[in-house]
Amino acid sequence: MSGGVDSAVAAARAVEAGHDVVGVHLALSSNPQKYRSGARGCCTIEDSHDARRAADVVGIPFYIWDMAEEFHAGVVENFLAEYAAGRTPNPCLRCNEKIKFAAVLDRARAMGFDGVVTGHYAITKEGPMGKTLHRAVDISKDQSYVLGVLTIEQIAGAIFPLGDTPKVDIRKEAAARGLSVANKPDSHDICFVPSGDNAGWLHDRLGSEVGPIVDQNGIQVGQHRGAYTYTIGQRKGLNLSVPTADGSPRFVLKIEPTTNTVVVGSREDLAITTMYGENPVWCGPAVTSMDQRGYVQIRAHGSALACTYRYEKNQLIAVLDEPLLGLATGQAMVIYEGDRVVGSATVCETSA
Amino acid sequence: MSVYLDHAATTPMVDSAIRAMTEQLGKLGNPSSLHAEGRSGRKDIEEAREQIAALVDCQPSEIIFTGSGTEANNTALKGLYWSRKTAGKNVVVISAIEHHAILDPAQWLHDHEGAEVVTIGVDADGVIDLAQLRELIAIRGNEVAVISIMHANNETGVVQPIAQVVELANAASIPVHSDCVQSFGKVPLSFRELGLTALTLSGHKFGGPLGIGVLVLRRGLEIPALLHGGGQEREIRSGTFNAPAIVAFAAAAQNAVSRMQERNEWMMTLREDFIRGLLADVPDAYINGAMAQERLAGIVNVTFPGTESDTLLLLFDAEGISCSAGSACSAGVQRPSHVLLAMGHDDVSARSSLRFSLGWTTTGEDIDRVLGVLPQVIERARAANLR
Repeated sequence: MSGGVDSAVAAARAVEAGHDVVGVHLALSSNPQKYRSGARGCCTIEDSHDARRAADVVGIPFYIWDMAEEFHAGVVENFLAEYAAGRTPNPCLRCNEKIKFAAVLDRARAMGFDGVVTGHYAITKEGPMGKTLHRAVDISKDQSYVLGVLTIEQIAGAIFPLGDTPKVDIRKEAAARGLSVANKPDSHDICFVPSGDNAGWLHDRLGSEVGPIVDQNGIQVGQHRGAYTYTIGQRKGLNLSVPTADGSPRFVLKIEPTTNTVVVGSREDLAITTMYGENPVWCGPAVTSMDQRGYVQIRAHGSALACTYRYEKNQLIAVLDEPLLGLATGQAMVIYEGDRVVGSATVCETSA
Repeated sequence: MSVYLDHAATTPMVDSAIRAMTEQLGKLGNPSSLHAEGRSGRKDIEEAREQIAALVDCQPSEIIFTGSGTEANNTALKGLYWSRKTAGKNVVVISAIEHHAILDPAQWLHDHEGAEVVTIGVDADGVIDLAQLRELIAIRGNEVAVISIMHANNETGVVQPIAQVVELANAASIPVHSDCVQSFGKVPLSFRELGLTALTLSGHKFGGPLGIGVLVLRRGLEIPALLHGGGQEREIRSGTFNAPAIVAFAAAAQNAVSRMQERNEWMMTLREDFIRGLLADVPDAYINGAMAQERLAGIVNVTFPGTESDTLLLLFDAEGISCSAGSACSAGVQRPSHVLLAMGHDDVSARSSLRFSLGWTTTGEDIDRVLGVLPQVIERARAANLR
């Protein structure tokens, strides 16, 4: 229970479904902030208080579990290492993979609980493959993408009571249930970067080594203070000193951490049609080397892109029907068959 | 049926205290007022003061009512420090196992008032190191402003050699304060015989109400106040007399002291049954402070290797059994107990420890219930820890 509206309603619904429910708030920072500032973060002391009050209203016991060490090792360090390697990670996926449906689920199961209930917008269905993961009915709030890193064993221990309801109705339901968090703003950004200044946070931890920004011919057109603060497809904030001949904008095409170089080029140069992913996770039968038609999603609130996919030589490969402009390595590619999550992998390479 | 084994945190009010309090709640009149209602309230307070003084073996004028044990500790430590700092004495001596209501004001004196805090360590059984104190006083006695050592520890129940502390301090004329919040009503306590300068009591630890503490401060000794106002309580503590809480404090104190011996005998029997059963079920468990010379009858602090205390607390709670572990930080996260760390535990074993504290309502059935669920709780907690 993060202290937000979704987990509060999820807890209430789980109780009504007849489960024996205990509320758990995760302490993910060893030095939490006292108060929320804006919509940032989700693990302040104030949030923990909101979660406790929601548990009181729902009528369940409430505990705080200290997962600060696990979170640091499994999420924060990975986040830093990925940026340092020139990739763009998504820490919310790592948190689901390593914390909520691993450390928490394992601990809960050992203690005699059957599963972990969360306020994610997603649906699970029992079928011949077992319990599978599907998109929520409220597509604008669908979170199946950030759950796409879970195995079928993890999904077996996951309960998502909100997937069948639009978010607006969840807020109404929260108000009707007397939950004071009914109108609490959604949290955005990265919870462990409470300032919201991702680049500044990375600078503090990875240093600020000045390096060149070059065009595709290797000609320097600007300089930067740390290649890792850029992301593929980025246009703003490049501060280039040499404009293009025709004045057209330039975009980040490539980040080379070993030489601390950022490569820029035209919009057309961003286009890719094939993506390759490593470390795949299947939420059901494994993908084979036979071509399959389906969809791939590469951002939390991105659209489903029609593709042909296969698994070959330890890589999940998706070939898009239409080219895509800009895809950062490190992002998760989640494959869908209709609304069902087939599996996911971490993008390690792209090609035009 | 719920089983409450957290009496060291707070214990149910005794009937006589509830009666005294509710009766007083219906009475009108500020006890500082000169009219009939005021005088009547004041009379009840002064009778309570005399009753408490008799039970603690001090003079009535030495009793200062406060809003809590924490306030009494703060008043004593800061007040004694300030009153002696002018004479150039800035060393505050505490033990490593004090409650946060002493640790934190000591730290504050260091951070804001120029105090040097010297911490006396404890041995593996949680008894303070008298040799360290002796040496400190021998070398730097003339720099010491105040010594504050608790009478009985709240986590282990281990009783500290306060009489010897006072003897050492007397040689250098150093005032000694003792936090007696856990010991009062559990072991004999005489302010006069111990020769203390000040001690602290808290109402809700022995069957009285919340929100009332007592600072016993030696007669004639004036220290700076924390709260300034109407000047009640020797100009050291201002605030309208809390008559309902004061009379209830006295009633509970009377009950606790007069029934101390029989309750201790009963609790000792229950405790030994509990420890025997516990060690039979979990042979590698061990009792912290077990070898100390004197321990409160009601406290069992036990380490269950291979577990984590917050898991144990949740599993016991689910069985309707209430106990506790160390203290939680402001974010609500269990921290390894500083008391156990001072006794030589590492982080892991300190986090594997629980405190069961028995009290005046504890029964043999309570102990049987805990022993009944213990094997399953430990098994699950160990599995959760292996994840």
